[in-house]
Amino acid sequence: MTLDIVQMVLATVLAAATPLILAGIGELVVERSGVLNLGVEGMMIFGAAAGFAVAMQTDSTLLGALGGAAGGLLLSALFGILTVGLAANQVASGLSLTILGLGLSGLVGASYVGVKRDPAPHLQIPGLTDLPGVGKLLFGQDAFVYLAAGLVAAVWWFLWHTRKGLTLRAIGDDHVATHALGLHVRKVRFLSVLFGGACAGLGGAYLSLAYTPFWSPGMTAGRGWIALALVVFASWKPLRVAAGALLFGGATVLQLHAQAAGLGLPGQLLSAVPYLATILALVLLSLGQRQGGSLAPAALGRVFTPSR
Amino acid sequence: MDAAPASPAKISPKEGPTPLFGAYGIVKRFGSFTANDGVDLEIRAGEIHALLGENGAGKSTLMKILYGLLEPTEGVVTHKGDIVQLPNPEAARRLGIGMVFQHFSLCENLTVAENIALVMPKELAGKALADRIAKLGNDYGLHLDPSRPVWSLSAGERQRIEIVRCLLQDPSLVILDEPTSVLTPGEAEMLFTVLERLREEGRALLYISHRLDEVRRLCVRATILRGGKVVGACNPREETARSLAAMMVGTAVRDVTPRQGVAPGKERLHLERLTLPAPGLHATSLRDVTLSVAGGEILGIAGIAGNGQAELFAALSGETRAPSPDAVRIDGKPVGGLRINARRRLGASFVPEERNGHAAAPLMSLSENALLSRYATAPLTQFGLLKLGSARDLAKRVIDAFDVRKAGPDPAAGTLSGGNLQKFVVGREILAEPGVLVINQPTWGVDAAAAAHIRQAVIDLAARGAAILVISQDLDELFEIAGSISVLHDGTLSPAIPTAETSREAVGLLMGGSSDHAAPVGDLPLVHETAPVPVPAHAH
Repeated sequence: MTLDIVQMVLATVLAAATPLILAGIGELVVERSGVLNLGVEGMMIFGAAAGFAVAMQTDSTLLGALGGAAGGLLLSALFGILTVGLAANQVASGLSLTILGLGLSGLVGASYVGVKRDPAPHLQIPGLTDLPGVGKLLFGQDAFVYLAAGLVAAVWWFLWHTRKGLTLRAIGDDHVATHALGLHVRKVRFLSVLFGGACAGLGGAYLSLAYTPFWSPGMTAGRGWIALALVVFASWKPLRVAAGALLFGGATVLQLHAQAAGLGLPGQLLSAVPYLATILALVLLSLGQRQGGSLAPAALGRVFTPSR
Repeated sequence: MDAAPASPAKISPKEGPTPLFGAYGIVKRFGSFTANDGVDLEIRAGEIHALLGENGAGKSTLMKILYGLLEPTEGVVTHKGDIVQLPNPEAARRLGIGMVFQHFSLCENLTVAENIALVMPKELAGKALADRIAKLGNDYGLHLDPSRPVWSLSAGERQRIEIVRCLLQDPSLVILDEPTSVLTPGEAEMLFTVLERLREEGRALLYISHRLDEVRRLCVRATILRGGKVVGACNPREETARSLAAMMVGTAVRDVTPRQGVAPGKERLHLERLTLPAPGLHATSLRDVTLSVAGGEILGIAGIAGNGQAELFAALSGETRAPSPDAVRIDGKPVGGLRINARRRLGASFVPEERNGHAAAPLMSLSENALLSRYATAPLTQFGLLKLGSARDLAKRVIDAFDVRKAGPDPAAGTLSGGNLQKFVVGREILAEPGVLVINQPTWGVDAAAAAHIRQAVIDLAARGAAILVISQDLDELFEIAGSISVLHDGTLSPAIPTAETSREAVGLLMGGSSDHAAPVGDLPLVHETAPVPVPAHAH
């Protein structure tokens, strides 16, 4: 019986971590290519609204998820044109993207406020899902969770085991040098920005289609910013982003239980625990014995204008 | 996007047999500025062809066109007589053109192997790459650890990566842009051996350099660019460094007029047994460094890079504070504990080695850069506010006095060529009329005319009574301007020897760490041999 409770708690942790993993892994790729997109929150919330709207119109969770990804991608394309194409300031563009996304999401979602949908279906494999203790956790999740796990592995493999991943990291490290070598700095960066946008949109769609299957304005509640912070504290490493997201999810669930149990501590303080715990853990992780070089992609946030 | 010629167009060589690579009638305009104006160049297999020219003569533009980084406005590039298109560096690499960049195009946070894999054709970038790097390294004496990150490597090692990366593609033409500008003499020697070997293997090399003695040693054919045009071709071995420089500049290079019998004045700069621990992993500690420079005197500090020059400069300028105030004295006043501006107010000026980022902020305008080092001493502020007009006047005075060539009235420092920015930086300090000037690598990577200008200005300043300390790797420079020379080796300074009483060979031996030729080094504080050293009574 207690095993089932543990499993239930772990499943909620996983659910809380999934949107952060999706948005974080996308932003990680963007930042590894040397672009800082601070608009994750905006792309996420727009993805949530667009995803819910498409799902309501088509009555399909799959199309809704795709719609959410497309929404994030659309916003990121705007960001890419501004910062990669026109060499605009990335910080200012990213912040305005967040504001734009928040506004647009209100517009798209206006007619859906208060409407409810069935949550995304969970996997059901006879035999496996019913395994005591681990069945529901491993074989009973919705598709977003498996997709998030797959993305983390795929991005890790892409960045460290493929030539294109090497090119992407190199461009994020020094765009002048890689341009001189004839690598396509702006093309790679633009594609990375699009990937990041699609991931953030998908993370948003997860919220409105699976986590809490309805639309409400501002429902991302700062998760985009958490995802951004996770990428930094995870030292731009995919597996650490996933670990950080799980830790954050875990702390969130635990503090809820702690509040419910009535520990006597102010609720506001407990609400801050997940943030503090995540930052602390990732800071400890990133305290390496480095003697030089830089942990961050060295060209991060710097605009690039080629001469030709 | 292919390198294959659109049509088998042929172009006949200007002279002799068909060259391996040719560039004919190359014109490149950037807006209204013409960087290359009808340049012809022919490169043959088995030769090291020199491309000479001052900063801004158009060498880099031509080289970038040959490597597919820039598209010529007009003109064609040929390979074995066929006209070829070079839309990107990949196309150039497929034709067998390799490039060793002056500012290495390496990603600092990637490993050696990753940096090399970046430009390898797919089939060569796989797992066997590390073995191939090791094998090529052994063949040519270019040893590299493929797993090291680039940030942990020295300039010489970084250049080795560039060369290995180039050679792994088995190039028929290797372009080298100022390859020795960041190398120690020993590293440069190793490079020359490799280059000779590549030439013997029948490859063509295009060698771009300011250093005329290197060109005369390596090359038998040279093309000289000036103002974007080819102004001549010659055999450098039949020319002197002076005649080559004259062709590059267009007029005879001004001789530096040596000082004539300026009687040394009172001691103005003194270091007393300065000992400092190494500030970092790759830094050098200073041990018992004693020196003294009198007014009117130029003391040269020779030495191979990395033997404590940067640390010595930092101790003199106040970027590193000395353990005791008495360890550094300016005009007799103990300044060891003072910061750089306090030392400036006592009449000292400092020109660090690195132009971009240390001596000047590349993204800031020249007038703002004038403010940076002068606001402590010049009347450039009032009520805590900057007087930008005065700063612009100051910048303008420097620009006029030192013939700084630039685009626009007050451009960003980083847009100036190396030589012009160095003239600006040196001029900014010299116009302050300092009583003590400490200058590190005054003419590093600067063309002959600018170097002569800077050296003359330093000599003239000494003649007006300033004490000058010149740290330089360039022995010719020290023998030209310094009254006496000390050698910094492994953080220890040898006694100063009057330039007239020593030779390049003797100094070279000291630089290598041999003390046989030095004056006996006892435990006594070293006393400068040409200058009377009145130890001021108020030193304590």
